[in-house]
Amino acid sequence: MDIVWRRFVILAPYLWLLIFFLAPFAIVFKISFSDPLVASPPFTPLFTRSESIDFAFFFTLDNYRFLLEDNLYWISYFKSLKIAFISTLLCLLISYPMAYAMARAAPGWKNILLFLVILPFWTSFLLRVYAWMSILSTNGLINNSLMSLGIIEQPLKLLYTDFAVYLGIVYSYLPFMILPLYANLEKLNLDYMEAAADLGGRPLIVFRDVTLPLSLPGIIAGSLLVFIPAIGEFVIPSLLGGLDSLMIGRTLYEEFFGNRDWPMSAAVATILLLILILPMMVFQHYQSPQEQQEA
Amino acid sequence: MNKDLHKPDKAWQAPDEAPFIQIEGVSKDFDGYLAVNNIDLNIYKGELFAILGASGCGKTTLLRMLAGFETPSAGRILIDGVDMTSIPPYERPVNMMFQSYAVFPHMNVDKNIAYGLKKEGLAGSEITQRVSEILELVQLSEFAKRKPHQLSGGQRQRVALARALVKKPKLLLLDEPLAALDKKLREHTQYELMNIQDQTGVTFMVVTHDQDEAMILSSRLAVMQEGQVIQTGTPREVYEFPCNRYVADFFGTINLFNTQVIETNNEVIKTRCNELDAILFASSPDSHEIDSGITIAVRPEKINLSREKPSAEKLSVLQGVVWDLGYYGNLSIYRVKTKSGQIIQASAQNRIRSATRSLEWDDEVYLSWEPTSSVVLTE
Repeated sequence: MDIVWRRFVILAPYLWLLIFFLAPFAIVFKISFSDPLVASPPFTPLFTRSESIDFAFFFTLDNYRFLLEDNLYWISYFKSLKIAFISTLLCLLISYPMAYAMARAAPGWKNILLFLVILPFWTSFLLRVYAWMSILSTNGLINNSLMSLGIIEQPLKLLYTDFAVYLGIVYSYLPFMILPLYANLEKLNLDYMEAAADLGGRPLIVFRDVTLPLSLPGIIAGSLLVFIPAIGEFVIPSLLGGLDSLMIGRTLYEEFFGNRDWPMSAAVATILLLILILPMMVFQHYQSPQEQQEA
Repeated sequence: MNKDLHKPDKAWQAPDEAPFIQIEGVSKDFDGYLAVNNIDLNIYKGELFAILGASGCGKTTLLRMLAGFETPSAGRILIDGVDMTSIPPYERPVNMMFQSYAVFPHMNVDKNIAYGLKKEGLAGSEITQRVSEILELVQLSEFAKRKPHQLSGGQRQRVALARALVKKPKLLLLDEPLAALDKKLREHTQYELMNIQDQTGVTFMVVTHDQDEAMILSSRLAVMQEGQVIQTGTPREVYEFPCNRYVADFFGTINLFNTQVIETNNEVIKTRCNELDAILFASSPDSHEIDSGITIAVRPEKINLSREKPSAEKLSVLQGVVWDLGYYGNLSIYRVKTKSGQIIQASAQNRIRSATRSLEWDDEVYLSWEPTSSVVLTE
């Protein structure tokens, strides 16, 4: 009995993954090999049985072929990768000094600063994006203040631009970069930096030689936490982005709800997953030797 | 090893020898907390100097000021005649072996040791040569390509030592160098450190809270308490002639008696100890007023144990019973309880090989010692 229970405890996370990740993905994967139909469900079944034919197997690669041929999808994928990559980089550049300052703050301040970083999560994500819409709009806070100060005469076009998308993503995902970086930098032994200085390293050199390489696990963890959700981001580009900011999340949405083409959207999603698995494998590659070192 | 290389020339006794490291009236104030309070110290070239004190005495702060990680609030530090006040750590001719060793985990042994030389901008061939020389000195040549996590604690310690020494510093700082090692390795490493210091001739400064470590390693040492240096001297001077009760008690075991002076005569003073109801003798070059209170301190190994009452003149004699007996192989420790209930510790070397003890529990014994064995403490 005890052993059964113990086995279950070990199995529980795998069961969770199986039920909520692998099984749904298998269904999506299966649908991606069907043709769309005006029916319910709106796609052809993989196996059919009728009176005339005992058993029929229907399988098509049309969706993938179409995906390769129509550059709309590639433009979306590329655009998503570009926006996610640049946003991750911006997040990293902004977060590193913040996380570093937090890690070196007086003990009493650390928790306060940490609390301030997490604070935005207490408001709905959607609400915060809407707030940015009103700040950036033609009659928004920024344009109104700039115009009343006489710096500009015509309102700037801020909303519905790529700039707004970057702003939205960086703003929304910043805590996901700060937290793993802070966790890493906070436990970094100061002796390493002092030893490097003692051996003749000037402050910037010490940062390059010691601090940066030793905080690499934090940088990778934070970057993945920003990059992966940013690539599939749907809300921010559709609310803040222009018509041309066609990120893959939006394309997927259009395909699914606009065209009701389930098989096509399933294929788009499958390719997206493949794109995401790649950086994760890179992460694994860097993570495992690091963990061995800790042990 | 040359017998006196470890204590080279007793430079601190030579009248015309200029000190190599001069610490002049150095203080460090941390927001109203005086961690280091007006310290003056002179350290000579080639010394292995130890700073000894309990945790929180300010010894680490002093070390960090020498390395340049802290700036003195007052006073200055000179190394080889150069004022270090405005020189940052990366430009000081000082290197440090950290207590945590701080061996860079992302670099192999080779790269760790070469790091400091690369920062000096030396040519690649010279770096390679100096690294291989120092690896040989610390006996790590075959581990050059290992990463720190593949080394034992003792090996990591030697990497840290090599990394600091390879820079040929004028002063090498060692922060609790043996604290993280187990007992057997500590003993081995102590002698190895002394050996390496001999061979390189670099001035070492060790900070430690362990009096055994300080005594064995150092040519001279300074005892710190509450931010101040309370005694400086060779290990022997500090052990045999402690300047106050704190130092006497900090170094090994000592018996302390509160007494009143009743007679002084030819550098031997006669005192009365009311607690023990006994007369104790001590030799002291200083003059003491009659009736003034002094503390008489005596080390356990200076006390003789005997069954018969010794009768020599001017001998301090106490009577008691063996209360506790500890057999350590090379010596035995006796804890003797006097009539008035005080416990006095005495030790005797076990010179004669014997399976039976000459003194047993509850045996009546006389404790006696020469006046010259008594240390007179007025503080």
